[in-house]
Order: sequence, then structure tokens, then C-alpha cells
Amino acid sequence: MQVHRFEKVWLGAAILLIVGFIATIAYGSVGVGVGMVDDSGGQISAQAVQNGNTGTQFDDPGVYQESEDHYVVYVVARQFQFVPGSGDTPIRVPAGANVTFRVTSADVTHGFSVVETNINTMVIPGQVSEVSARFNEPGTYGLVCHEYCGAAHHTMGGSVEVVPPEEYDMQQENIDQSAADAQAGEEADN
Amino acid sequence: MVFVDSYPKTSKIVRSEFIVAFVALGIGALFGVVQALHRTGVFRGFVSSADYYTILTGHGVLLALVFTTFFISGLFTWAVANSLERELPHRIAWSAFWIMLTGTVLAAVSIIGGIAGSPSILGHDLEADVLFTFYAPMKAHPAFYIGAALIIVGSWIGGAAYFKALWEWREDNPDERIPLQTFMVLTTMLMWYISTIGVAVEVVAFLIPWSLGLIQNVDPLLTRTLFWYFGHPVVYFWLMPAYLVWYTILPKLAGGRLFSDPLARVVFVAFLLLSTPVGFHHQYTDPGIPSGYKFIAMTNTMFLLLPSLLTAFTVVASVEHGARQRGASGYLSWLRDLPWDKPAFSGCMLAGLMFAAGGFSGMINAGMNINYLIHNTIWVPGHFHLTVGTAFALTAMAISYWLVPQITGKKLRQRGLAVFQPYVWFVGMAVMSNAMHRAGLAGIPRRTAEPTYDEFAFEGVAGTVGEMRLQIAIGGFLLFVGAVMFLVVMADTLLARRGGTLSVNSNIPEPLSGPDHSPRILDNYKLWTAIALLLIVIAYGPPLASMVADGLLAPGSPPIPV
Repeated sequence: MQVHRFEKVWLGAAILLIVGFIATIAYGSVGVGVGMVDDSGGQISAQAVQNGNTGTQFDDPGVYQESEDHYVVYVVARQFQFVPGSGDTPIRVPAGANVTFRVTSADVTHGFSVVETNINTMVIPGQVSEVSARFNEPGTYGLVCHEYCGAAHHTMGGSVEVVPPEEYDMQQENIDQSAADAQAGEEADN
Repeated sequence: MVFVDSYPKTSKIVRSEFIVAFVALGIGALFGVVQALHRTGVFRGFVSSADYYTILTGHGVLLALVFTTFFISGLFTWAVANSLERELPHRIAWSAFWIMLTGTVLAAVSIIGGIAGSPSILGHDLEADVLFTFYAPMKAHPAFYIGAALIIVGSWIGGAAYFKALWEWREDNPDERIPLQTFMVLTTMLMWYISTIGVAVEVVAFLIPWSLGLIQNVDPLLTRTLFWYFGHPVVYFWLMPAYLVWYTILPKLAGGRLFSDPLARVVFVAFLLLSTPVGFHHQYTDPGIPSGYKFIAMTNTMFLLLPSLLTAFTVVASVEHGARQRGASGYLSWLRDLPWDKPAFSGCMLAGLMFAAGGFSGMINAGMNINYLIHNTIWVPGHFHLTVGTAFALTAMAISYWLVPQITGKKLRQRGLAVFQPYVWFVGMAVMSNAMHRAGLAGIPRRTAEPTYDEFAFEGVAGTVGEMRLQIAIGGFLLFVGAVMFLVVMADTLLARRGGTLSVNSNIPEPLSGPDHSPRILDNYKLWTAIALLLIVIAYGPPLASMVADGLLAPGSPPIPV
């Protein structure tokens, strides 16, 4: 088979380019540590999520503090809201902490994307998506369902509020305090 | 001799396939402009935001499945008959046509039922607002899935006609090399047979019985994986016919001949081997799939760059050769001396140029970790409107200006419209697609009727969100105008009377480096098919095995109407 000299040069350059691309991506995942969404979240029954009887934190989704600087956010996506996340219940996390999102669906396939960040995962019924991140800058980040999930898909947004750690601790105390007050009140009523 | 006089029966098949393709293109383009104006907020009077998704489903199915499959069937029918110099087995080809048309009608009726208030037909609501990807557990009317399956089964039968033609030709020509156009058609069809197995299993084994209520649950991740097993190779089913045109016809239109026949064969074999084991790159952000398999898909995807980069070289070299044959000179000034006023030529060239840009944004999509920034944003439709919507669609329209006269014996009418049409398409796409790519970087999602939210606002990275929306609307409108211009030319040509002599013919000049220089092993389809299947087993075997280990239908989801 005859291969023209120019073709050989072009072929060599093309292969070099391809190997280069693969190398940069491999470096991104091994060297820089851009982790992939994978099967680490495990499986779950979508009907149990829908009925709230999974026996896991998904039955009471929200932000759970695991250790000093590690928070796990359990989010249930359903037509057409994130719980928590949508409307007036934004996901609130402290700046600088390690945050793991565990997201699952109660009905159809949704998307979970925090705008202008690398947090971007499909939410597939029966599967738990697990992504980790650290927000260094306080502020409000947009949260979007980016997979068509039904007639009101375009209303399925939300937000992630990242607050300075001191403020976050104070709010937590207030919440704890008001919970304690409420409990005390209930006891007093009895 | 004009093609239609040499092969009247085959010409009639090609004409029928093209007419269905053009009707689908017209309706699909109308749905496209409705969407572009609605989601950008320029004009929202056509549909409600809830019905927007019906329009979007129609746009995707009619253009990405019906227009493409029928046009490709027509083009391939012509290419096989032309290069083997014989009529195609017309009974097989006609039954393929009618099966595909039945499927199209079923799918189209079930989609349009969504706008007509979803009447209950045979115990199921007649609607299919499930988009082109129809992810379970969102459920469409069973007719939608049956229709989609028939379109694919029809295309399989069409392929049988090409293979039968080859075997008949082989009996008369036992020692000759397979002609290049037929070689390309058959390689594409082998790739298509292998890759459509995924969607056929998804639809026939799972979605049809599930939508009919015969089984209660399907596994959303498993059916989704079967869809994407087919969902990326289908892209090459659109692209390889465009390559067939660029390799075998475009050099002639430029006044020259193909640079290298052997390399063209190598490129098509590479597509056969590498097209299918890449589907996981659509599932980089899916849970439930180990990252190692995503990495394998990524490397395969990157190596798919190779045949496209080789094509870029060969096509440009062949066109340059054509220009020099016509007396052009200089390093770049030969570009000026190409027939830019011939729509078949200019359309193919502009399509190729756009495809280069689409290739670059595709690299971002394929980059496993960079993909996180743009996955499911409007960047993605920005990308595939360059590849499918331009590399394929503009090539199809352009080559119709050259092919339709030959299969009808009628001269091309409305030449003035035809000359400008590829440029209108090119400008419309440049405006729309660049804005879509930039909007994607700002995080604006795809597939949504109203891209604003109560909780927050998007901010443009380069340019404002308002300006991007306006560009998408203007670009979408120009594309609609381009489609209408094309359809006017085609309608006028098809309805005209025969008369006069044609300025085009189907003769293809010999390549500079002919088939004799290519190793015989390239024609060994059994070998290449076996290697292709082996690669698929490596890429798909273990992850599919682990998905079905807990039961084929678990973790399961019952159907959810949309």
C-alpha cells in the first residue's frame, strides 16, 4: 500500500495529538484528582425513595455533618423540585468544608448541576450519585435539573448557599437552640 | 446516459426515499424555528411551555431519525447501483421503504397526539413527549416505540438489498476489488447492524412490553446504557454517508479526483472498529458505572479522531488537486479558484468547514473531566447542530442539488435560490451555534422551555445572556429560511417536466492512488466485524454484566406518564 509522504507526516501528527489528549485527561484524573461520578453511591429502590421508607437519610433529606469539616448532603430529586435545594429551602453549606452530595431520584431521570462548577451528575432512579466538592468562595450558586423530566421541567431549579464558616456555625446553633426551645415548650405544655 | 435512464427502477426507490426525507426535513425545521423563538423569549405564541417538549420530541425524531435514515437509504441505494453498475434488488428495497414509512407514521402520530390533547387510543394516552432519547421510566404511547423499532428494522432490510447486490456482482466479477462507494456503504451498514442491536434490545425486549403493561418495571440505568450503545454510533451512521460524498463526489465537483482510495478504505474500517465501543462517553456523569469503563470509552473516543483527521487531509488534498487541475496556483490562493457558485460544491465545503469546528467542541465533550463543565448544557446542542445539523444535513442538501437531477432526469430549477442556500445555512448555523456554545459555558441547560429560574440568574462568561438568546433566535430563523429555500428548489425540480440535457452525470473519476494499491485484507469484512465485536465485548461486557447481575428488571421503575 502506497502512503504519500504528506499523509505519513499528517498521520504521525494526528496520533501524537490523540495520545496528548489522553495524557492530559489521565493527568487530570490521577494528578489533579478530578474524580469521576462512578458506582460508589450504590443502589436504592426508587419506589422506597418515593414512599420515604428507605431506612436511610434519604427519608429525611438535608445536610448532615459527618465530622469536623465534612458534610454530607442528601438530596431527593422529584418532579419538579430538589429536596432540599428548590424554592425557599436552599442547600446551605459552610465555605471551605468538604461537601459530599448524595443525590437520588424518586421518579424519573433528572440532572443535578451546580452552575459554573464541576458538580454535574445525572440522577437516575435506582442509583445514588455521589460527588464531592469544596466551595472556597461564599455566595449563592445556581442549581439546575438539566435532564428533561416532564412538562414542568423548566421550573426545576434551586440554589446552593455557601456561607462563611463562623456564620454557618451560628446559624446551626440557632437552629439547634430553637429546636431545643420547641422541645422545651412541648415538655412544658405536657 | 443519465442515471434514471440506466437504472429506472432504482431511481424510483431513491426518489421515494428522498421525498419522505424532505417532508420530514420541512416539518422538523418548522418545529426547530418554533423552539428557537420560544425558548429565547422572542415569540412565545405558538405553544405553551408544557407543549414545547412535544415540539422538541418531533424536531429530534423527524430530523435525527427520519430525515437522516431516509436520505441515507436513498443515497446508499444510488451509490451501490452506480458503483456496481446494476439495478438494486427492488423487492427488498421497496419492502424496506414501506416498513420504514409505517414506523415513521406510527411515531409521528403518537408525537403529534400530545398537541392534540393526548386522546386515549387502545387504552393508552396518545402522546410521546419523551424526546429523542426516550429515557425510561418516562413513558410514551406503545405506538411510539413500535414505530421507532420499525424504522430501524426497515433500515436493516434496506441493507440486505445492498449486500445482495454485492453478491450478485461478485458472481460476475470474482476477482475485482469492491468498488469504493459500495465498500463505504457496506462498511457503514455493518457498523449500523452492530450498533443498532443495543436500541433494538432496549425497545423490543424492555420498552414495548413495559409500555403495554406486560412487565411492571424496567431498570432505567440498563435501558439508558443500551440506548447509548447505539446513541453514539448513530452519529457515525449520519457522518459516514457525508464522508462518502466528500471522498467520492466532492473531488469531482472541484474538478479533480480522490487523492487516495486505500486510505479512504482504511478510514471506513477504522469507523467500523471504533464507532460502537464509545457509548459510555455519553454516560461520564452517570452513577452506577465504574470510572474505569468510562476511561476505556474515552480512549476509544479519542482514537476515533484519527479517521476524521485523515479525512480532513484527504478531502482537502483532493479538492486542492482539483483546483490545480483547473489552473490554480499558490499556497492558499487555489482556494479562490474553486467553484464556489456551484451549490453542490459550496454546500459540501461549508459543511466540512463547520464539521472542523464541531470536531473541536466534540473533543471537549469527549474529555472525561472537562466534560463536567458542559455536560447537558446548551453547549451540547451547539455541538451537534454543527455535526449532524451541518456536516450531515448541509451535505445532504448540497448533494441533492447534484443527485436529484440525475434520478429524475430533470434540470435543477430555481438556481438562484440554490446558489445562496448553503451560505444562508452556514451563516445561520454560525450565529446560532457559537451563541449556544458560549451559553453552555455559562451553565445554561439544554432541553428546557424557559431557561430562567426563580432562585438565581445566569451570567455570561463572554457576552451577555440577552445577546446570546438573540443570536440563537436569529440563527434559528435563518436556518428555517435556509430549509425553506432548499425545499422550494426541490419541489420545483421534482414537479417540473423533463427536458433538455443535464449538466451533471454520475461518473466518478478514478482516484490518483487506486484500489490496486490497497491491501486485499481491507475487503475482509468477516475479520473486521470479528475485531469490532471483540472491542465491544471488552468495553461493554463487564459493566453490562454487573448491571444485569441483580436482575434484568432491577433496580426497577414502573412507567411514569409525562
